[in-house]
Amino acid sequence: MNYVFEFSAVFEAWDELLAGLIRTVWLSGAAMAIGLVVAILGALGKTGGPRPLRWLIDAYIELIRNTPFLIQLFVIFFGLPAIGLRLEADQASLLALVVNVGAYGIEIIRAGIESIHHGQIEAGRALGLKNLQIFRLIVLKPALQAIYPSLTSQFILLMLNSSVCSAIAASELTGAANDIQARTFRSFEVYFVVTALYLVLSVMFWGIFAWIERSFLRQPAPR
Amino acid sequence: MRTLGSGDILFILLALRWTLLLSLAAFVGGSLGGLLVALMRSGTIKALRWIAFGYIKLFQGTPLLMQLFLAFFIPGIFGFNVDPWGAAALGLSLHASAFLGEIWRGAIETVPKGQWEASAALGLRYWRQMRLIVLPQALRVAIPPTVGFLVQLIKATSLASIIGFVEITRAAQVINNAVFQPFTIFGLVGLAYFVICWPLSAYSKRMEQRLALARR
Repeated sequence: MNYVFEFSAVFEAWDELLAGLIRTVWLSGAAMAIGLVVAILGALGKTGGPRPLRWLIDAYIELIRNTPFLIQLFVIFFGLPAIGLRLEADQASLLALVVNVGAYGIEIIRAGIESIHHGQIEAGRALGLKNLQIFRLIVLKPALQAIYPSLTSQFILLMLNSSVCSAIAASELTGAANDIQARTFRSFEVYFVVTALYLVLSVMFWGIFAWIERSFLRQPAPR
Repeated sequence: MRTLGSGDILFILLALRWTLLLSLAAFVGGSLGGLLVALMRSGTIKALRWIAFGYIKLFQGTPLLMQLFLAFFIPGIFGFNVDPWGAAALGLSLHASAFLGEIWRGAIETVPKGQWEASAALGLRYWRQMRLIVLPQALRVAIPPTVGFLVQLIKATSLASIIGFVEITRAAQVINNAVFQPFTIFGLVGLAYFVICWPLSAYSKRMEQRLALARR
């Protein structure tokens, strides 16, 4: 092995890496927030909506879950201009991430809603609670607890997936890595450092999600 | 600019065989690696458990695209030049090893402890306990999530296009650069993935429901 490591070329571009890191956090954070709204609306539509709507939501879920994210990204970025909708790379990336995570999110949220035993809702009604009160006081917290692990791992997967958006030259961490690589030719060093940065991001998100769970989702232990 | 011809479509669809071959290679490689990871992770040797744990977290905590880039560049450091096919097959196999390892560890742990104790009482040692008693029971539980992961893996092979391996996504890009009909071309490719993945997803879901019924 006579390879000479040259990490200094990478560390000199720390400002580019930091900017990319922040863009990745922003992009995936925004996609998580909007995706959660899509997922909740979709889950409500799927559990309580009229039949054609349910059918439509099912088609959306199956279509997204059975095709690669990269293809979804290409259709949105390269394909949509053909029907008159031209998006910037960053906008297309956000839209693709939302569309993608929405499909997985609907199934997760639906499972959460269905995990609440019907007797609980009936008991709430017997106590004279209104529908909204039943949802807020009885359904919401246990449903969130039930789905929290799968929802948050889906979110972390989204963050990691956002690296694929570099394929359409979106401005995020992997894109920054590609720029530095093209300039310095230190391929291994660049991608090694950036992989480590993604690992830091994962740990950071794990930490934030665990903190939210501890702070807001803890229930008194059943006796 | 020329228009999209039947030759172009044939070129794209024929590239599907590379997608399938890469999926197969990654699934076989990932199964071997995954079994090793699952055995290490569910075993009694503490050091091995931790190594397997670290391996899984490392691959679950970094983007697959980065894993593929590193699979492409790391062998070069040691003087081995890999082509995009080798890098993609290696990267996806290592990736699949971590995910299958975690799935199969879960399946192994669903086998009740009494099964281990009973087989130990019959005088069986670890390997025969594993092979004759535990793995056959774990297999039943493992099939639905394994098929589910296979779908993820087939979709994941599309990222090999970014490191320059000409599978169906890359072939589509090449043709699109010449004729520029992205909606038709990427729509067609999406459909091809869907035709392969959807039956697998449906099968996985049905098996899971059947298993859930059997557990009641």
